[in-house]
Amino acid sequence: MTTLPQSTDKKLGLVIDLDTCVGCHACVISCKEWNTSNYGAPLSDVDAYGGNPVGTFLNRVHSFEVKQENKPAQVTHFPKSCLHCEDAPCVTVCPTGASYKRTEDGIVLVNESDCIGCGLCAWSCPYGAREMDALEGVMKKCTLCVDRIYNENIPERDRVPSCVRTCPAGARHFGDLGDPDSDVSKLVAERGGMDLMPEQGTKPVNKYLPPRPKADVEEIDVLAPFLQRQDEEAGGFLGWLDRTLEKL
Amino acid sequence: MHPAPSVIIFTTMSGLGLGLMVFLGLGFLDVSGFVAFVFVAIAFALLGGGLLSSLFHLGHPERFIKALRQWRSSWLSREGVLSFVTMGLFGLYALLWIFWDMRIGWLGLLAAASALLTVFATSMIYAQMKSIPRWNSFLTPAMFLLYALAGGALLAAQSYVAGLLFLLLVPLQVIVWVVGDRAFGATGSDMGTATGLGNLGKVRLLEKPHSGTNYLMKEMVYVIGRKHAAKLRLFALVFGSLLPASLLLFFPHSMSIAFAAIAIHLVGLFAQRWLFFAEAEHVVGLYYGQR
Ligand code: SF4
Ligand code: SF4
Ligand code: SF4
Repeated sequence: MTTLPQSTDKKLGLVIDLDTCVGCHACVISCKEWNTSNYGAPLSDVDAYGGNPVGTFLNRVHSFEVKQENKPAQVTHFPKSCLHCEDAPCVTVCPTGASYKRTEDGIVLVNESDCIGCGLCAWSCPYGAREMDALEGVMKKCTLCVDRIYNENIPERDRVPSCVRTCPAGARHFGDLGDPDSDVSKLVAERGGMDLMPEQGTKPVNKYLPPRPKADVEEIDVLAPFLQRQDEEAGGFLGWLDRTLEKL
Repeated sequence: MHPAPSVIIFTTMSGLGLGLMVFLGLGFLDVSGFVAFVFVAIAFALLGGGLLSSLFHLGHPERFIKALRQWRSSWLSREGVLSFVTMGLFGLYALLWIFWDMRIGWLGLLAAASALLTVFATSMIYAQMKSIPRWNSFLTPAMFLLYALAGGALLAAQSYVAGLLFLLLVPLQVIVWVVGDRAFGATGSDMGTATGLGNLGKVRLLEKPHSGTNYLMKEMVYVIGRKHAAKLRLFALVFGSLLPASLLLFFPHSMSIAFAAIAIHLVGLFAQRWLFFAEAEHVVGLYYGQR
């Protein structure tokens, strides 16, 4: 059905910490690896080793710079995958019913055998969370690793999304955002978790934790003086070493 | 948005075909037999050709029949259902007209209404997109409907009616562009709201997520030069409506004038539809440093 459920029993989703993400793209790779070999059609690459590689990804990391006048610029790495919106426009536009939101946990999925590849759902998503696979001709999107989180064949600690399991910085958290007592809900309350483009009215389930304010220190680059080039006539111990080695 | 030829051909051709069905259904054009058949055939060829072309836009065209299922919620599905209903109603009306010379008023009226609704459903596919502010307006259906009606009147040899409709189209098209130019700004969406970092300072893209391109950028982050667009707009306005209107209203009606108007309108219509897609900015561009 392409109508949205009135409400869902759970609101499973991700909380992404923009303060701790180091922009290593490990989640991008682990997401691609898990999802190309499990649920649904593989995530194809075209011209993977050529000059113009293009591929399907369900999770991508952008990097932004935020700058206030007369302050140093601040870099924020920004992972983006489907936000499993409560008012998901990508579900209601679908002509076939392939795009749907689950009543039990709120996960937004695509039934690939029904998808005609019209691309309308990708048009309707403000966040660019859906990508049409170039080889399969069907719509791909984050599944919230639905085939991991309920999977009894893998060890319990692995029953979280692949990107969450992989993140070396612990910047991705998974849980039920519909339950105010869950760890993720507490984290969101504590850190002021926010919605992306709330003006689009999609009511995203995934939340983003803003970067913590940086202390205004004058000189933060403590290593810089040591890294200056010292070509000519180094003095002290290094100079002595240099001269001694030269003589040998 | 990427101006895909298949979608441009689909919206223009099916619009013209449906517009022609409206006028034939309403009882315009006092002909019968073979001449009636020719007009009916043109209408079906335009609508059918348009629908066929839209299939080229799909990743899995062989499954298109599944698209008729979700008419309760999806405009694309409604459009599909309505085009089949229109073809059925109009087909029946045309059969009786061509072979028995009977034009059943109420049946024609139903076919005409269904044809108009189909054009409306097509336009709503675009107008419903909140993520594409330029399209997200009641002006989109108004524009699609008027283009279909004016073109349909012209094809149904209703020179005077067509001339008036084209004349109406000139200010409407200008309004669509002027309002459309302000639409993105009016949403309040910018890189600050897209990233949620706006309150920390001025946001700019430092690195794209990848060195190459991707589906999103190819499909939705289409950039056209301003100067280029201004010229094309003038071209689309003059050829799409201004010139056909003048030809039909100020010149004595004749076959050659009508054919000239059709040819000129077609060229302008393609330019207009190309711009409709190419100029429409998707908010996802904000994540890629557009705007
Ligand atoms: S992020 Fe996009 S694809 Fe995911 S539910 Fe929201 S609108 Fe749909
Ligand atoms: S691309 Fe597939 S899932 Fe998306 S709207 Fe079209 S049919 Fe539905
Ligand atoms: S939850 Fe799974 S599918 Fe979604 S971004 Fe993470 S790894 Fe990819």
